[in-house]
Amino acid sequence: MKFTLRVWRQRDAAAAGAMTTYEVDGVSADMSFLEMLDHLNERLILSGDTPVAFDHDCREGICGACGVVINGQAHGPERTTACQLHMRHFRDGDTIDVEPWRAEAFPVVRDLVVDRSAFDRVIASGGYVSVPTGSAPEAHATPVPKAAADLAFDHAACIGCGACVAACPNGSAMLFTAAKVVHLNALPQGAPERESRVLDMVDTMDAQGFGGCTNTGECATACPKGIPLSAIGTLNREYLRATVKGRGNRD
Amino acid sequence: MTDYTAYGVGDPVADTKAPDGPIAERWDRRRFEAKLVNPANRRKHTVIVVGTGLAGGAAGATLAEQGYRVVQFCYQDSPRRAHSIAAQGGINAAKNYRNDGDSVHRLFYDTVKGGDFRARESNVHRLAQISLQIIDQCVAQGVPFAREYGGLLDTRSFGGVQVSRTFYARGQTGQQLLLGAYQALSRQIDAGTVEMHPRTEMLDLVVVDGRARGVVARDLVTGRVDTYFADAVVLASGGYGNVFYLSTNAKNSNATAVWRAHRRGALFANPCFTQIHPTCIPRSGDHQSKLTLMSESLRNDGRIWVPVAKGDTRPPNEIPEDERDYYLERMYPSFGNLVPRDIASRAAKNVCDEGRGVGPGGQGVYLDFADAIRRMGRAAVDAKYGNLFEMYERITAEDPYQVPMRIYPAIHYTMGGLWVDYDLQTTVPGLFAIGEANFSDHGANRLGASALMQGLADGYFVLPATINDYLARHPHDEVLADHPAAVAVVAEVTARLDRLLAVDGDRTPDSFHRELGELLWDECGMARNEAGLRKALGRIPELREEFWRRVKVPGTGAELNQSLEKANRIVDYLELAELTCLDALHRTESCGGHFREESQTPDGEAARRDELFSYTAAWEFTGTGRPPVLHKEDLVFEHVHPTQRSYT
Amino acid sequence: MALATRTQHAQHPQHPPSLLGSLWRSTVGKKAVMAVTGLIMLAYLVAHMIGNLKIFFGPGEFDHYAHWLRTIGGPVLHYEWFLWILRVVLVAAVVLHGVAAYQLSRRDLAARPVKYARPRARTSYATRTMRWGGVILGLFVVWHILDLTTLTVNPNAQHGHPYANVVASFDRWYVAAFYIAAMLALGLHIRHGFWSAAQTLGANSPRRDRAFKAAANALAALLTVGFVSVPVAVLTGIVS
Ligand SMILES: Cc1cc2nc3c(=O)[nH]c(=O)nc-3n(C[C@H](O)[C@H](O)[C@H](O)COP(=O)(O)OP(=O)(O)OC[C@H]3O[C@@H](n4cnc5c(N)ncnc54)[C@H](O)[C@@H]3O)c2cc1C
Ligand code: HEM
Ligand code: HEM
Ligand code: SF4
Ligand code: F3S
Ligand code: FES
Repeated sequence: MKFTLRVWRQRDAAAAGAMTTYEVDGVSADMSFLEMLDHLNERLILSGDTPVAFDHDCREGICGACGVVINGQAHGPERTTACQLHMRHFRDGDTIDVEPWRAEAFPVVRDLVVDRSAFDRVIASGGYVSVPTGSAPEAHATPVPKAAADLAFDHAACIGCGACVAACPNGSAMLFTAAKVVHLNALPQGAPERESRVLDMVDTMDAQGFGGCTNTGECATACPKGIPLSAIGTLNREYLRATVKGRGNRD
Repeated sequence: MTDYTAYGVGDPVADTKAPDGPIAERWDRRRFEAKLVNPANRRKHTVIVVGTGLAGGAAGATLAEQGYRVVQFCYQDSPRRAHSIAAQGGINAAKNYRNDGDSVHRLFYDTVKGGDFRARESNVHRLAQISLQIIDQCVAQGVPFAREYGGLLDTRSFGGVQVSRTFYARGQTGQQLLLGAYQALSRQIDAGTVEMHPRTEMLDLVVVDGRARGVVARDLVTGRVDTYFADAVVLASGGYGNVFYLSTNAKNSNATAVWRAHRRGALFANPCFTQIHPTCIPRSGDHQSKLTLMSESLRNDGRIWVPVAKGDTRPPNEIPEDERDYYLERMYPSFGNLVPRDIASRAAKNVCDEGRGVGPGGQGVYLDFADAIRRMGRAAVDAKYGNLFEMYERITAEDPYQVPMRIYPAIHYTMGGLWVDYDLQTTVPGLFAIGEANFSDHGANRLGASALMQGLADGYFVLPATINDYLARHPHDEVLADHPAAVAVVAEVTARLDRLLAVDGDRTPDSFHRELGELLWDECGMARNEAGLRKALGRIPELREEFWRRVKVPGTGAELNQSLEKANRIVDYLELAELTCLDALHRTESCGGHFREESQTPDGEAARRDELFSYTAAWEFTGTGRPPVLHKEDLVFEHVHPTQRSYT
Repeated sequence: MALATRTQHAQHPQHPPSLLGSLWRSTVGKKAVMAVTGLIMLAYLVAHMIGNLKIFFGPGEFDHYAHWLRTIGGPVLHYEWFLWILRVVLVAAVVLHGVAAYQLSRRDLAARPVKYARPRARTSYATRTMRWGGVILGLFVVWHILDLTTLTVNPNAQHGHPYANVVASFDRWYVAAFYIAAMLALGLHIRHGFWSAAQTLGANSPRRDRAFKAAANALAALLTVGFVSVPVAVLTGIVS
């Protein structure tokens, strides 16, 4: 297969960037999107050009490192990660636009690589259970209803890729933050920090420069792990509940 | 040039830290004997942790909780993305919640036996003991393990053991465990006790006065090369499976940290003990960048076959029953498709080598569910394997309900690694290795769901207890940035990067990595023999020489330069590959993941040679391409007596 | 002991601010303020629309209704007190709603400064028109009060004759057209807004989602049809 790629090239955070056009030939339908970029890069290196920088690691759709906007869609046309998107989903001869995640809170590092450390700071501000190693009770001391465990898992499946932010017209991190809040708040283990967690995480989320949520739902549509939009509703509820009830619990 | 295969034999190494006495009491005794650091003084001690996988993430969080100052690194943009995240199956623990006869002793026994009697009893017993606490810890962290309707934890059986001791979180156990560790680590980062450096790659170790005192690392975004000092250095940098290029490891997993440490004096143990996983999705062409694992559970219901005739290109559904060879069922009538990983893998390789492989390049065998669908009904198959079928279809665009799956073995895990003692300390004082980076607990073969257990045991419980002893014995003293030892290492690191950039040849870094990987896979993969290993050992130095002559690394060192990162890792692979082949050549027995064709029983089974090889081979570096020195650690089995396994 | 098990957050003030204050500080809280004020306005509009429909029963009934509005709560409340309370609440709601909308919108636009080369319009029309629809509604309310409450821009109007004033106003086709356009904007605003408010206030759940969406559509349709029917009736001479 053959494609015309228009790829965002930007040398570093400070430099201006631009879409640059490349013709790629000899692409196999079985290649993943990233393998197609590998293929382009091999050629660029040999012709003395700079290869396109992009993040990736597991290439199995689980680490959340990869992620580019393909034809305006985060992770491209299929509901999966870019590393698990195969070229057979494109038509031979297509022109494909490849851009980095766009959000103020995710500054471009180079080409298609962005800085998602804001997510780490959101988690660090409350996305955990405070249980120093060695202090845990016997695992069966607290049974967890299967429904709660399943709900927690559904939301714990978030891979932190950032597609939700990239897809949201407001660059909002609500779906990501909500996924962690729902995961931990659904479990008895997360209950003692239920209020402080949501208040702190939302504070940090705001402080990182993410936009607010206007309930457009693009995030959940783009999410490769199917984190449901209802998570945001639950986050809102937890937040309001905590504001009313738990303001005194913070210090 | 000296012949690399003419290695020397040095003094034996011994694990001087493991206490003797009853095996069940050794860990308690060691903890009691270890010196402690006064809590008030801990803040003055800095510990560097390289890696944020299960081992590193757990260690960083725990050390910080204890009051140490932790400086931690990972090459990804976030600690949450470490390769551990990809583990699917589960984690073992001897909880015996099923009351099915499990116990610490049984887990210990299974692991020593599973490792084909090439692991240390003391270590493995400790691992089995700690497995209980791991589950408690993870549950308390909010890891959403699978549960039953009663609200209690569910388990399954895994990897051919007879008890149900594997805890799991759907098919994403590694992810959930890692997120637990990452969250604990994040909490410490927020508290200011862990200084986290993501997108920063350790490129060398700084040894001052014989002790590990720091690392030299490159900021992958700006290209800055800096020295970081500490009182002790912990390597949790994962395994080296990517030396084969195609493996199930994350693309950027690499051996640089361990190899650099090896070059600075840490012995490297059993590099040839590599594990192959039989059920991976085969490569679809030369563009393939990595391989994807599919759960072994598929072999419970799928039937494995190839055409009887060589070069049969008919679609599978047109090959009549009597022209199919269900070779595992034929060769191993009692275990059939469920023979252990290594046997299943080798058998697949053999039929493909005979020219009966299927799919692109003839590198694959069928895993057929037609019978299962007929027997159980499509709905039941769907309920059991639906997500795996979907994943397979996404990657291959073939529907496993209609056409048999194709599978092929792939490199999956490395049992070898830096040699460590019972305290997880390498032969460089102050340098510790945990998780897949060390060689410690799995012997020649790792059982399913045991790597996660080991990584977390090392990170949460073992290292934080043993490192105290080292830190307490070595008073905190500052190393200055301009210490000649540190300056020299920085100079070496920069010189190497500059040299890579200066070659400006005509081949891409990846092309060398692929070539090296193919060579290793062919000669030092599933089955090894002397001629092949010698051939590889002849070819690797040539490839290394060619690499330094022809590699082309675009760009500069002062920017995000992924080609430079790759090339720099390949330099280390080109050396590690050589040691791996040498280790495989010297060990003229078959055991676990290491199958020497010369050492097999008449019916093709691996034949161990305990009288000659009941030792750990720990290699000492003497120079690039120069013959290393072998130090043997004799293995003593007091509790589990070596037996020969049989599956026919 | 030097156990580091707690993290302290600098951004937490020692003394928590008032409820509204702490809500106003965060995007989630501010959005909740929008939702509550929006729902207050919505409730008013439902009542208002029902009241407006009385116009079809002729001037007597409609004018009587307008008069009754001013006497609600009597004799406890003085003449027009209820109306003034309502006005204060509504003004507060409009102001809070508008200011929050403005502040959040600025923040949202700043959070996504660069657009994609190939944008993808997939969100529903109602979702995308919330901001402009809101502005149109804001302008409409100002105009509407000048037109029918203060009668400033309604040259033929007289105090105390609301029926005649409505007819006088809508007799000018361009005024009627503007009202109708504003009512369509209202419909769209509510179509997304009602469901959105449920989500914002955490009342939504996967189980209730469809019900809320249906209710939003029904409410939007009801209000639009109800409000539009008046100018249409005037234009077509059914009400004159
Ligand atoms: C597909 C797959 C499935 C698996 N499934 C299972 C399973 O079901 N059960 C099981 O028990 N095991 C399983 N394993 C094995 C298990 O996942 C690994 O052995 C284990 O996770 C290794 O953990 P680790 O902490 O040692 O290293 P890793 O998780 O590999 O972490 C390495 C860390 O080191 C960092 N690093 C490496 N080099 C450098 C450097 N030079 N500078 C800075 N940082 C560096 C990386 O950034 C990373 O953070 C599986 C493995 C694979 C590949
Ligand atoms: C002053 C003029 C107005 C402006 C500028 C305005 C603007 C907005 C904006 C920008 C939103 C956010 C959209 C979103 O979050 O999806 C919104 C939401 C909403 N508006 Fe308005 N609006 C105005 C008037 C009104 C009126 C008159 C009503 C009453 C019917 C109303 C009801 C709502 C509701 C219920 C919401 C949903 C709140 C939420 O999403 O939580 N608005 N408005
Ligand atoms: C065709 C539709 C409408 C008609 C015929 C209509 C008619 C009227 C009339 C006659 C009054 C004056 C009542 C009085 O003073 O006794 C009034 C007041 C008002 N209307 Fe409407 N209205 C319509 C739509 C709307 C809409 C869509 C809104 C809001 C978005 C709205 C908001 C108001 C407000 C805020 C007042 C002022 C209430 C007060 O303070 O007295 N109206 N309307
Ligand atoms: S919520 Fe979904 S899209 Fe957002 S980071 Fe998590 S997995 Fe990615
Ligand atoms: S797309 Fe954005 S507006 Fe909210 S519903 Fe998702 S965060
Ligand atoms: S590379 Fe890990 S999710 Fe795509």
